[in-house]
Amino acid sequence: MTTVPMSGPSGAAAADLTGRSDLQRQRLRAAWMFLAPMLIALAIVAGWPLVRTIYFSFTNASLNNLSGAEWIGFDNYLQIRTLSSGRVLYRGLLADPAWWAAVWNTIRFAVLSVAFETVFGMIVALVLNANFRGRALVRAAILIPWAIPTIVSAKMWQWMLNDQFGIINEIALNLGLISQKIAWTASPDTAMIAVLIVDVWKTTPFMALLILAGLQMIPGDIYEAAKIDGVHPIKVFWKVTLPLVRPALMVAVIFRMLDALRIFDLIYVLTPNNAQTKTMSVLARENLFDFDKFAYGSAASTMLFLIIAVITIVYVVVGRVNFEGGR
Amino acid sequence: MKLRKKLLALTALFALGAGSAHAADLSMVLGDTGTGAQFLREVLDKYEKDTGVKVNIVTMPSSTTDQFGQYRLWLAAGNSDIDLYQTDVIWAPQLADQFVDLTAAAKDVVGQHFPSIIESQTVNGKLVALPLFTDAPALYYRKDLLDKYGKQPPKTWDELAATAKEVQDKEREAGQKDLWGFVWQGNAYEGLTCDALEWVKSSGGGQIIEADGSISINNPNAAAAIERAKSWVGTISPPGVLAYQEEESRGVWQTGNAVFMRNWPYAYALGNGEDSSVKGKFEVTTLPFAGDGNQPAATLGGWNVAVSKYSKQQDAAIKLAIYLASPEVQKWRAIEIANLPTIEALYDDADVAKAQPFMPAWKAVFQSAVPRPSAPTKTKYNEVSSKFWTAVHNTLSGNGTAAENLEILEADLEDLKGSGW
Repeated sequence: MTTVPMSGPSGAAAADLTGRSDLQRQRLRAAWMFLAPMLIALAIVAGWPLVRTIYFSFTNASLNNLSGAEWIGFDNYLQIRTLSSGRVLYRGLLADPAWWAAVWNTIRFAVLSVAFETVFGMIVALVLNANFRGRALVRAAILIPWAIPTIVSAKMWQWMLNDQFGIINEIALNLGLISQKIAWTASPDTAMIAVLIVDVWKTTPFMALLILAGLQMIPGDIYEAAKIDGVHPIKVFWKVTLPLVRPALMVAVIFRMLDALRIFDLIYVLTPNNAQTKTMSVLARENLFDFDKFAYGSAASTMLFLIIAVITIVYVVVGRVNFEGGR
Repeated sequence: MKLRKKLLALTALFALGAGSAHAADLSMVLGDTGTGAQFLREVLDKYEKDTGVKVNIVTMPSSTTDQFGQYRLWLAAGNSDIDLYQTDVIWAPQLADQFVDLTAAAKDVVGQHFPSIIESQTVNGKLVALPLFTDAPALYYRKDLLDKYGKQPPKTWDELAATAKEVQDKEREAGQKDLWGFVWQGNAYEGLTCDALEWVKSSGGGQIIEADGSISINNPNAAAAIERAKSWVGTISPPGVLAYQEEESRGVWQTGNAVFMRNWPYAYALGNGEDSSVKGKFEVTTLPFAGDGNQPAATLGGWNVAVSKYSKQQDAAIKLAIYLASPEVQKWRAIEIANLPTIEALYDDADVAKAQPFMPAWKAVFQSAVPRPSAPTKTKYNEVSSKFWTAVHNTLSGNGTAAENLEILEADLEDLKGSGW
């Protein structure tokens, strides 16, 4: 459930077309024909499920009886009941503390993980951008964590973080960093930290690769000029590298942000299913399949979609303003 | 010429297939703890040899919660790839609509099984699944360590805590630095519901929701029972126990790093395996209780086999289900992987008693077995269980006291119940 900001071919084309020639019309048609398979595939695999999820969120659907779903309006989201005693009851997703705890967990996780990944990704990219022997090999090797399926790496880390047999505790204990074994995934204080460590480990390569692509677009003569002028390397980074790599960085951050906001597998596998780490996706899945509350889970999925959409739009709008201000 | 021969053979094959009973492949799915899937493969290989029916096994994670989500999804989608499901004892009311009624097919054999187990799998007169084995947890204890310090197996929870602490401390002084007193299942999942139900029930705190549907969990005995368990975490139980499921606790136990363990019978056969550090050093007894006229309580577990309504080969699947639940397979199962039979007569069987000396004693455990409230709460059971284990897990991890969390739980359960389950 991610949104891909798309501008249709007509939007770009029509803007500068006042009178269309035959050739232009033909090219437009060809563009649509080339796009059609992708659009149809997207409509089937992304559009239709999304529409159905939104529809179910307004019904009382149960997984055992999807066809018998009845329209109940916004009750899954918010339902205000006045009891005979005069007490007013709020029910539904928007009045559910478990949901807001999950939203907070997700956003906290997304912001922290993306922040760490951006910093580490930048460092790794700068190192890889330098010329040294065996650079190609290192570039390939660094992608390995990204290439491992999340479930596999989560399971692997689960054993490494295991309190009794885990290698992390063993090493830290032998080095004298900790005095007793830490129950990484069990303790509410460290469960989120454990998830962050694994996520940063896993997705920093992705970040680094996107930033590296941006770095390689920067012409080398700018650096030569700076070197001749005797500008300090740190100043070069802030004044030259960062502004020029910024567009690539912004794209990398939004990609990661979208991914982080729908985090499911890592948390589901790595930590106990409790309120300290439960995210929006975990909560939605639980209601959809484990509980007999398919419609409620659909409402949670729809809200998840909306929250991600809003964050993306805000980011893109604010991000664009910054681009222009920086130039 | 060659091609024609081949075509002819193919036509003949089709004709044969249509005429006689077609030996089609069946698929059975099960979650695996320990060696369950390996054992089932042996049984199915024999079944194939005897009947010619080939059965594929699809394995799932051992967590019952994970399995349930997947099965529900498959069944809701009318998936016909899976013919037989190994189902948890608590699922029958939630999945009854999706399984075939086995009443008629099993009418000659249901009488062999414990009536309470057959009853748990019967929903509105429909026999949803046939029992494969039953489960009641026990207290595993290290006989060698208890003997070394002149201790008896504990009768009450307080005795257990005291013994565990003493043995743990003395052994640690003697150099066994990784030894812990007591391991159990504290992860936030169905297993914690089982563990906590035992603490509560054996302390006179009821069984969360009683058979008549009334919510009984918010009471001082239940709160005291959960607070008692909280006092174990970090003292006699590793702090990581809050992320342990069955297999993690068995890992600590089987490497020789625990004095006591609460676990299901499958751990008995594995603990006596060749690669086990505790082989021959342990015994099992009933779980402790709180004292003061209380009784031990063991959560009733157990697994069953159900036939999917969407199976294209229901008759073959039903035949296999009946075979898997038969005395022959249950006896084999008991002897080889220490699963408890659901057939009463097998507890007096000499071969079983010889292979698993602990088993005849288990007949008594069933008398004290407490069912999870899956029958009264019907389709809402999973949510009830999730709310309960969340309240317990919060308490154990220091997020609110037991009394506070149980009060909130009661309110939540009342909301969930509405006008009736």
